[in-house]
Amino acid sequence: MKRNDDFSTRRAHLADLTDAQLHERFWQLAAQIVDPLLKLGRENTSPAIERSVLLRMGFSSLEVKEIVDGAHKRGLLGHGAGHVVYKLAKAKDIPLRDAGLMLAQNKGWEEATALFKGGN
Amino acid sequence: MRLNIEKILENLKDYRPRRRGWTWRKSATDLQMDAFTYREISEPLKESVPLITAHNFNNIDPQPLPVITTEIASGRFEDDIRRMRMAAHHGADHIMVIRTAGQSHFDGLLEGTPQGIGGVPITRKQVRAQRKALDFIEDEVGRPINYHSYVSGVAGPDIAVMFAEEGVNGVHQDPQYNVIYRNINMVRSFVDACESKMLIKWANQAQIDGAHNANATARDAWKVMPELMVQHAINSLFSHKVGIPKENICLSTVPPTSTPAPSIFMDLPYAVALRQLFAGYRMRAQMHTKYIQSSTREATVTHVLNMLISKLTSVDIQSTITPDEGRNVPWHMYNIEACDTAKQALLAMDGIMDLVELKTDGPLAAKVRELQERAVLFMEEMVELGGYFAAVEAGFFVDSGCYPERGGDGIRREMNGGIGAGSVVPREKDYFAPVTAHYGYNNVAQYDPGAENDPANLIGGCTLEDPEKIIYIDELDETDNVNERMKDLKPYHAGTKLRPEMEWMADGTVLINLCFPTDVRRAEAAALECAKAMNLTEAAIISREILHHAEGTRIEMKGKLSIDIDTASLVLAPEPDILSDDEIRAAIDAQPLTIVCGTVGEDEHSVGLREIIDIKHGGIEKYGIKVHYLGTSVPVEKLLGAAVELNAQAVLASVIISHDDIHYKNIAAIDRLAKEMGIREKIIFVAGGTQVAPESAVAHGADAGFGRGTKGAHVATFLVKQRKKI
Repeated sequence: MKRNDDFSTRRAHLADLTDAQLHERFWQLAAQIVDPLLKLGRENTSPAIERSVLLRMGFSSLEVKEIVDGAHKRGLLGHGAGHVVYKLAKAKDIPLRDAGLMLAQNKGWEEATALFKGGN
Repeated sequence: MRLNIEKILENLKDYRPRRRGWTWRKSATDLQMDAFTYREISEPLKESVPLITAHNFNNIDPQPLPVITTEIASGRFEDDIRRMRMAAHHGADHIMVIRTAGQSHFDGLLEGTPQGIGGVPITRKQVRAQRKALDFIEDEVGRPINYHSYVSGVAGPDIAVMFAEEGVNGVHQDPQYNVIYRNINMVRSFVDACESKMLIKWANQAQIDGAHNANATARDAWKVMPELMVQHAINSLFSHKVGIPKENICLSTVPPTSTPAPSIFMDLPYAVALRQLFAGYRMRAQMHTKYIQSSTREATVTHVLNMLISKLTSVDIQSTITPDEGRNVPWHMYNIEACDTAKQALLAMDGIMDLVELKTDGPLAAKVRELQERAVLFMEEMVELGGYFAAVEAGFFVDSGCYPERGGDGIRREMNGGIGAGSVVPREKDYFAPVTAHYGYNNVAQYDPGAENDPANLIGGCTLEDPEKIIYIDELDETDNVNERMKDLKPYHAGTKLRPEMEWMADGTVLINLCFPTDVRRAEAAALECAKAMNLTEAAIISREILHHAEGTRIEMKGKLSIDIDTASLVLAPEPDILSDDEIRAAIDAQPLTIVCGTVGEDEHSVGLREIIDIKHGGIEKYGIKVHYLGTSVPVEKLLGAAVELNAQAVLASVIISHDDIHYKNIAAIDRLAKEMGIREKIIFVAGGTQVAPESAVAHGADAGFGRGTKGAHVATFLVKQRKKI
């Protein structure tokens, strides 16, 4: 879109605001813009977020990639990749790290998927 | 002693950061150093290299209050460590490492130590090595050093975890950067940013946004000012709402304009408008880059003018763009120049706001209000359109018009487009992540309602509580790694061989300054001919400036000089031989000494000689030497005549002006006349001046010559020793 500078007419409704009122309006608008973005963040996840969870759970960068790719492919990411590892370890009564390594080596996915009732 | 890089690389597997979080400088208001009181100053360093003029001021090295940044990323992190040490000693306490080209698009962490292009591949091993080196360096200088890199790209959260684990102190994080400049899907960028910012908050890191890039990208940099404020607001409020305290959120703000525009008249209102709106947040004053060219002088002047704006408004972190940024990836010496430029400018302007104030009416106030209104209008239309994503789809950002003017050439991105599009997944009801610093919905209660505030407790702590759980990878590439790079460079690292260097150990790069009395094209061709004669390889012209279209061209040329110098074979100039103050005093007590001195020739300089003689400058009078100072522009005959009349044992001649070797001609004249008068054997003749080389002074007939940096003790020592020989 091309538009000439119409600042002098467009600003009419701001002209009578004090500086403090103008600044308040600035931050109100900023909040209107960022609040929906924060809501998206609260309600969604991504491969990178899930990798970051697994890194914190004690897996290497190479391992987390395999686990997250495996979970993504099977529609399990929405449960949390760390959750998949956690639930598998509990079900099999094995250490968390062993469960994660199994998944990273492309083993145990059927069992893991079943634990989440077939994914989505 | 040089840092032992091999030692730093040892046992990195077991390295743990010794602290976390950002550190500001400690204020030392009203600090007294030498004869001066400083107003906006921080605590001095234990070890440092002062400004070169400091030798006139007892070598004081006052440290300004803002944190000073330097960006060091040559592609080889092991060489950058040495540059970090240089920079820290020149006053930098914020070391920023630029990432290698393409890292933003790598979906995961890089590992090992491959060589980078235009930056460094950021990996756990590289971060550990540099943080470990900085631990040593900060102990040396006596001030914490903040280590910094980038949390962006498609692997933002991965990197944020690694940085939190490894004690990185500051980061760039701004999802808008991903969207606009890296074409990473916008939904993914904002969802990922929530997680990254939680980790930034946990690690107490300072966060810098990416708004300055709009300035560097827009066609007319000064027209994006309203948009810049909007970009700052989006990232700042977004970060604050995730939980980062305002005092750790830094706006990367840059004076958008450059000379020959009347830049301060345009940039200052913008700086004021921003600081009014963003009270409580921190200001990281970035320097202007968009319009800088290959002239290091021009860039330096721009950057000093940028710092005038920093001082007239406020600055918490002062960035230093290297003056060679317009011609190559920065070299060692330009990082250091940039740090010195910042220190020098900030010290010169210390206390300036106690002397002047910004007007609250007139064009400044009017422009401030106008810019703020334009920014408000920008956001009003964004909201009207449906929010951030809709605005980006409509090409709102980096448009060449000053909002509400629109050029229709903004950067457009599709909500469903870009790298990583479609990769965002809604969290299920049972979504769960048993870790610390996780953002958003997390159904911890399904396993333990008591663990809701500490989800990591369910796995006995995550890596943030228990670093032993971190899996460290050393190298993944057998050939592209630091060990291989350093193998061939052993003698250089050990210091037994020397080769010129600009960025990498033994890179052989040299910089040659040339001036030819011809036009640019001929000058360039002539310079390359010179390179051949000088045995330079890979010669390239990196800067040319017209002195006059026909009369002269200035050329800066780089090239490689692949010679090795055996350090053991070097013939070193002798260390200055200085007696202690007590020894000199005792010698003068035992046998008094009278001298005559003055500046000879048609020369009115007196400062240098007065420093050598005056008691208040630590000059030779303090030892009891009787000094007859004859002043400036003293004829040679008068100097020697006074020596005879006063029965002086020594003559000190100051020769400052050096054009056409007049200083040496004057030395020779004194020697000749003293011989004619028959007194040469009986007196000691000492010559000094800023351009005096000791050997040349002696060759022209003086008994000794003293150049720049000479102190009274040097001259007195010589006089006492030489007297015994007469």
